[in-house]
Amino acid sequence: MAPFIRLKSISKHFADVVAVDDLSLDIEKGELFCLLGASGCGKSTLLRLLAGFESPTKGVIEIDGQDMAGVAPADRPVNFMFQNYALFPHMSVADNIGYGLRRAGMRGTELAERVDSLLKLVRLHKLGGRKPHQLSGGQRQRVALARALARRPKLLLLDEPLAALDKKLREDTQFELVDIQEKLGTTFIVVTHDQEEAMTLAGRIGIMDAGQLVQVDAPRRLYERPKSSFVADFLGTISFVDAVVASRDQTSITIGGDLNICAACDDDLPVGAAVKLAIRPEKIYLSRTKSGNVNEIEVVVEDLAYLGFATNYRVKTASGQMFKLQQQQRRSLDAPLSWGETGYVHFDPQDVIVLQD
Amino acid sequence: MGRMNGLVLSLGALGFGILYLPIIIMIIFSFNAGKLVSVWSGASLKWYAGLLENDQLLSAFGTSLLIAVWAATIATIFGICIAVAFVRFGNFRSRLALSAIASAPLVMPEIVTGLSMLLLFISMESLFGWPSGRGVDTIIIAHATFGMCFAAVVIQARLRDFDMAIEEAAADLGATQPFIFLSITLPVIAPAVVAAWLLAFTLSFDDLVIASFVSGPGSSTLPIVIFSKVRLGVTPEINALATVMIVVVAVAVIGASWAIRRRLSGRDQNQ
Amino acid sequence: MVRGMGKYLVNLPAVTGRRLVIALPLIWLAVFFFLPLVETLQVSFTSPRRGIPPYEPLWGIGDDGFFTNFTTGNYALLLQYWSDYFGPAFNSIKLAFFSMLVCLLFAYPMAWWIARSNEKWRTILLVLVMLPFWTSSLLRIYALIGFLNPNGFINAAGLWLGLIDAPIQMMQTDFSIYMGMVLTYLPLMILPLYAVMVRLDADLLDAAADLGGSGIQIFRTIILPLTLPGIIAGSLLVFIPAVGEFVIPALLGGPDQLMMGKVLWTEFFRNRDWPVASAIAMLLLAILTVPIIYARYQDGRDAVAETPNPKQAEAG
Repeated sequence: MAPFIRLKSISKHFADVVAVDDLSLDIEKGELFCLLGASGCGKSTLLRLLAGFESPTKGVIEIDGQDMAGVAPADRPVNFMFQNYALFPHMSVADNIGYGLRRAGMRGTELAERVDSLLKLVRLHKLGGRKPHQLSGGQRQRVALARALARRPKLLLLDEPLAALDKKLREDTQFELVDIQEKLGTTFIVVTHDQEEAMTLAGRIGIMDAGQLVQVDAPRRLYERPKSSFVADFLGTISFVDAVVASRDQTSITIGGDLNICAACDDDLPVGAAVKLAIRPEKIYLSRTKSGNVNEIEVVVEDLAYLGFATNYRVKTASGQMFKLQQQQRRSLDAPLSWGETGYVHFDPQDVIVLQD
Repeated sequence: MGRMNGLVLSLGALGFGILYLPIIIMIIFSFNAGKLVSVWSGASLKWYAGLLENDQLLSAFGTSLLIAVWAATIATIFGICIAVAFVRFGNFRSRLALSAIASAPLVMPEIVTGLSMLLLFISMESLFGWPSGRGVDTIIIAHATFGMCFAAVVIQARLRDFDMAIEEAAADLGATQPFIFLSITLPVIAPAVVAAWLLAFTLSFDDLVIASFVSGPGSSTLPIVIFSKVRLGVTPEINALATVMIVVVAVAVIGASWAIRRRLSGRDQNQ
Repeated sequence: MVRGMGKYLVNLPAVTGRRLVIALPLIWLAVFFFLPLVETLQVSFTSPRRGIPPYEPLWGIGDDGFFTNFTTGNYALLLQYWSDYFGPAFNSIKLAFFSMLVCLLFAYPMAWWIARSNEKWRTILLVLVMLPFWTSSLLRIYALIGFLNPNGFINAAGLWLGLIDAPIQMMQTDFSIYMGMVLTYLPLMILPLYAVMVRLDADLLDAAADLGGSGIQIFRTIILPLTLPGIIAGSLLVFIPAVGEFVIPALLGGPDQLMMGKVLWTEFFRNRDWPVASAIAMLLLAILTVPIIYARYQDGRDAVAETPNPKQAEAG
């Protein structure tokens, strides 16, 4: 069965700028998909292409099997939630939400009831009569969401929906958004530059850079098994080691030099190949004494930041290799290492990511 | 961007056409050797040459210039006062009165203001002996009166956007009020002040109705002279004169907007 | 010079300075704007006479003591010769009103075009709109004469191209008045419309389209309501002065296009009947009182609407 949303080799050119570059993507029905990337990567353009506000220079967009070429925004089974909400300032909340329904011909009690149920869904039940300028930022965001859901679109596009909210509100709203999506079963595509948001909301994330999709995967796989150093560096913190393969066996490789790291690896890498090893900070352990573990390296503490529940360390080897690690404060009475002290890091070969770019 | 359909564009183009076509035709025919605006008899500059010898037009031009400069200057000074009062002084006692009296001239028909001012001048003359007869000074007073209301609008708009932090910095460094306004505020809003002066100048220079009421013998302004000639019909000298005036204004407006654009983009670059 | 003045004024107590700044324009305008209107009202209640000034003083102290020449004769005259005075009054209102509508018809698409253009075009178009505003309206109307005359440009071109057999009479008709009004007042209608349109968030139009609105529906439900303040402001800016317009009917109109401005002028300069002219001026003011007050009320509302909402600031 064809995927619900299919983007085939989509390109979009503006004058001399290539905003989207030969991008292909399939999205399943009922997914909550996130497009994640820095500003200028083309994610908002892609969203607008889906909505119909722009037409692709090349390529085909199919929604539920139907080719969207030449189909106006008003006629697509798609609705859009704007970053700055774009609420109609001269209409009340209820009229804003009911706008799309009125355009579809709904009137009278049917209209009023539907608007009412939407107000309940986004918890703005008593505020139907207010005007947008009388609402707070969070309330306006919910009106924008309700308005976009009114016509029961098959696909809902959300452009940085939480960007304008302050931190506490953003965290609460993230969960609400997922709840609503699960309840309705509508396919959501969310554009964001905030990785935490993407990780929290999404079932799958597509990371974009310079108009192209770099990797599409579930959040866990993106974090634990990035396929490129761009993705590895983009999400969270990571330590990189540039090296050359010294020896290999069936399941692992070893790099030479004073580091002598062993990494679990299935790829067929010849000896002498250049690799980039990457290790997540929570996978690196730091202790005062040697314990005889695999991948144990002597380091000196360069810098540390005490966060309360954990401490972030920057440690350096004799040869100048830097590691960033995070150590949880398990036992409050343990004496952690301080600036300039010597210690030993170790990490499991299974936790070492092998990259080739 | 936007719903640009054929109807909008064609109405728009037609609008610009109405605005410009008659003027363009007149400009073209000012170079016509013949007298008519319909038959081209060859190109000629003789009407322009005639302008330089027309003493009546030249002296009227000089009168209009003198009046406009004085009226614009008075209007701008008072306009600054009005603008400052409205933007900075909060809810002062006579705010409502000043607001009404400073905005009414903006919409009052000129024929009413002209007539009423003349009656006032006559009445003042019989009571105080001044102004004795109507002339350049009565026209200046009349023009300054409505000019200051327009000047106030322009300057008010700029003052509202003014960043008070600059004045507060000056106060913090030891300056006190009228000095702060003169040395800091005024220079910063100078472009708006210049625009206000130019607006008052233009309104004074082009005014026909009010000047007709309050002028006297020997103080004919250029519009008065033009009007008296034009009532009789189209004349080629006026075509030439009109072309000169329109071209001068066009060059000034285009030059000003180009200069403003350069200033703004230069500022952006420096940031 | 500024420095020197500053040092001089810096010793003025702040309150005196304030009072001066308010008093100067207030007194000037009271004397030279308000008083004249009072004077006009007075004169409208006197009778004409030979001499200077050509009207009887309203009151005075004479040999027999206090006397007055108060008479309502001028107003009675206006009512008596109803068609000579109220006719032009209604005509003025009619012509001004329809001129306003024609201006709106052209100004609205022009303002939209300018507001939706990119930076470069917008500046050029704005200059093109402002240019006529800065040139004398007398000259623009004069150019129209040569354009519309029986032996003028349009007729000559039409005859030459074979489009017409005989010159069309376009001067001294309602048509020439409307053209003159549009030529004079179009920039004034465009500017407030432009100011409102340029602040219209493009996302609102996209949102309306996304929610199923057709072009016409979007115009009716979103664009029109949001540009209404501009429409009202521009309309008042055109209608009010147009009612009292003199030059346009004088140069472009005929006996059928009598307007108040021209009647007043004739009474004043031709008939030398200053009291009747004053009465006409008062009549004109009476007609315009309601629109003028409405215009000031709208100004006040716009000022309130523009003040930033603290909640908006926090969300932005």
